[in-house]
Amino acid sequence: MAETLIRLRDDAASTAPVVAFADLSEAGNTAAVRLSPGDDARALLPLLDQLTLIEVEFPAYTDGRGYSAASILREYGYTGELRAVGDVLVDQISHYRRVGFDAFAPNQPITREAVDKAIATWPEVYQRTVDGRAPIWAARHG
Amino acid sequence: MYQYDTHDQAMVDARVAEFTDQVTRRLDGTLSEEQFRPLRLKNGLYLQLHAYMLRVAVPYGTLNSRQMRVLGNIADTYDRGYGHFTTRQNIQYNWIKLSDTPAILADLAGVGMHAIQTSGNCIRNTTADHFAGAAADEVADPRPYAELLRQWSTFHPEFDYLPRKFKVAIIGSETDRAAMKLHDIGIQVVKNAAGEEGLRIHVGGGMGRTPMIAPVIREWLSPLQMVSYLEACLRVYNRYGRRDNKYKARIKILVHEIGADEYRRQVEDEFAHILTLGLEPPAAELDRIKAQFADPAFDPAAPDAIDRSDPDFALWVDQNVHAHKASGYGIVTISLKPVGGIPGDASADQIRLMADLARDYSFDELRVTHAQNIVLPHVRKADLYAVWQQLDAAGLATPNLDLIGDIIACPGLDYCSLANARSIPLAQKISQRFADVERQRDLGELKLKISGCINACGHHHAGHIGVLGVDRKGVENYQLLFGGSEGADTSIGSIIGPGFSEDGIVDAIERATGVYLARREAGERFLDTWRRIGNAPFKDAIYG
Repeated sequence: MAETLIRLRDDAASTAPVVAFADLSEAGNTAAVRLSPGDDARALLPLLDQLTLIEVEFPAYTDGRGYSAASILREYGYTGELRAVGDVLVDQISHYRRVGFDAFAPNQPITREAVDKAIATWPEVYQRTVDGRAPIWAARHG
Repeated sequence: MYQYDTHDQAMVDARVAEFTDQVTRRLDGTLSEEQFRPLRLKNGLYLQLHAYMLRVAVPYGTLNSRQMRVLGNIADTYDRGYGHFTTRQNIQYNWIKLSDTPAILADLAGVGMHAIQTSGNCIRNTTADHFAGAAADEVADPRPYAELLRQWSTFHPEFDYLPRKFKVAIIGSETDRAAMKLHDIGIQVVKNAAGEEGLRIHVGGGMGRTPMIAPVIREWLSPLQMVSYLEACLRVYNRYGRRDNKYKARIKILVHEIGADEYRRQVEDEFAHILTLGLEPPAAELDRIKAQFADPAFDPAAPDAIDRSDPDFALWVDQNVHAHKASGYGIVTISLKPVGGIPGDASADQIRLMADLARDYSFDELRVTHAQNIVLPHVRKADLYAVWQQLDAAGLATPNLDLIGDIIACPGLDYCSLANARSIPLAQKISQRFADVERQRDLGELKLKISGCINACGHHHAGHIGVLGVDRKGVENYQLLFGGSEGADTSIGSIIGPGFSEDGIVDAIERATGVYLARREAGERFLDTWRRIGNAPFKDAIYG
């Protein structure tokens, strides 16, 4: 069945109200925030311990800024839910997964089966990223 | 040269399987053209004016004879018997059926080739000096770095939806044969006083609507930090490159708007962070790749003399054979610019012949040049005559390398859906006007480049003479530029005055060459004379 929220996590989904990045300063101890493409993910670094959900918005799948935002958040140790929201298409899912997204809220519902298939597209990978997969160069050199 | 191992092959095979599934879904109607478009573009499949066009990647322009042979066979089996070598060292097929594309990609995968990232706003095929590993003036071989970049950039998850396409070129000698400074990133492999290799990194060059020469962003980078540094360069661009206007989205605009110093500062900050992540392949990986680019077994006793008794052969040697680093060898450039021909086109039979010659005479290696010619990089001087005879019999021995007949031209309005004017018929007319090879040789090195629209695929900004086709009220019109160069003395040409009709521009070019012949000083190329005396004498002669 096609779904509007697919989570690849075992914990319960956050129920905290999602605060827009622009409204963060007034929101106090918020646990959930939404980043738009132009927002600086690094501004969230001081808050990583208190956040349990970060939504990264993709107004159009062609706007790739969210991939860098996700990578940065994971590289600095964020372990909460990282959700791709918006024009999220099945053909980009494997890349989303590689940069650290573990939840998807697509405008057009996607089946869990299609997500699993997309993630399995690449038998191996060339780059080391935040997903922890061993790159091909590591396999070559132990 | 580099050979795929099982890992590389698995990646290409996975891509064929994925795209086969996507084409199947398109053909049975599951995917609309709108949904299919971004997927086919990731595989170099464009819908052009008349048919699908498939662009096949030739990583850093290097091929073996089996790969070249398959390119010829594809032209026969799936196209109209020819292929078109491009200014990005790739090959394009202009008459492809969608239903054939999975089979074509499977044929390519069989010889370790693909069409991955030959279009789309991603990191495109890395280009390199087409004389790499052979040139007498080489400081260091750029190909191992190009291969490392190929692997790093293939399916890079963070950089598949950049603001705009992204092109990297790499060279390893002071002579720039890859237009390095006119790329999004240009890398020059250099050596320090201790003989250690380092990388000089230029960022923010390009042609297109707003031509720019890339400034140096880092003078010296350890080769063992290349991936991390480029990761930083790309991340800054992905985050801050403009996305509000397609025509201002290339990295050159970002670097220009914030300034090279500020861009450098941001990259250095990101680089310091990325170095903590352990993304860099180990030295052993670079060593593994370098070992595959070791010199072939040159014969140290290969004779250095060339029998020049056949004058036509001697002419070709003088024009199309370059100095090799190994004594007794030469670098052969096969001109794909016969008089009246289509620049960069080769028939299936010609492609297979070039494959055979590479196998028999050039240690199984070929290169595609950004000037749309083919190189046999390692030919014994004693074999040059035999090679020339076979090329001549196939119409491939035109002795015009770097002369006015060696024209770069984009496909133009004959094929391309972006073009405003035709490029090919103009190139044909110019090469016919200057058909006499002795006249061409008297004019000396003269790089003429034609683009059929402002996107500049024909590199008109970098031509000693550049031609830009535009649409003026529904009529094709050609603007004339002088003073561009893509070499170590890179410069951007400028438009000299009002545009011309197709016949008018051929006349204008001829008059310009007349000014050059009248005014040149000893040893000056057309470009040198233009730089010395300026535009005015040329304008006077042309517009009179």
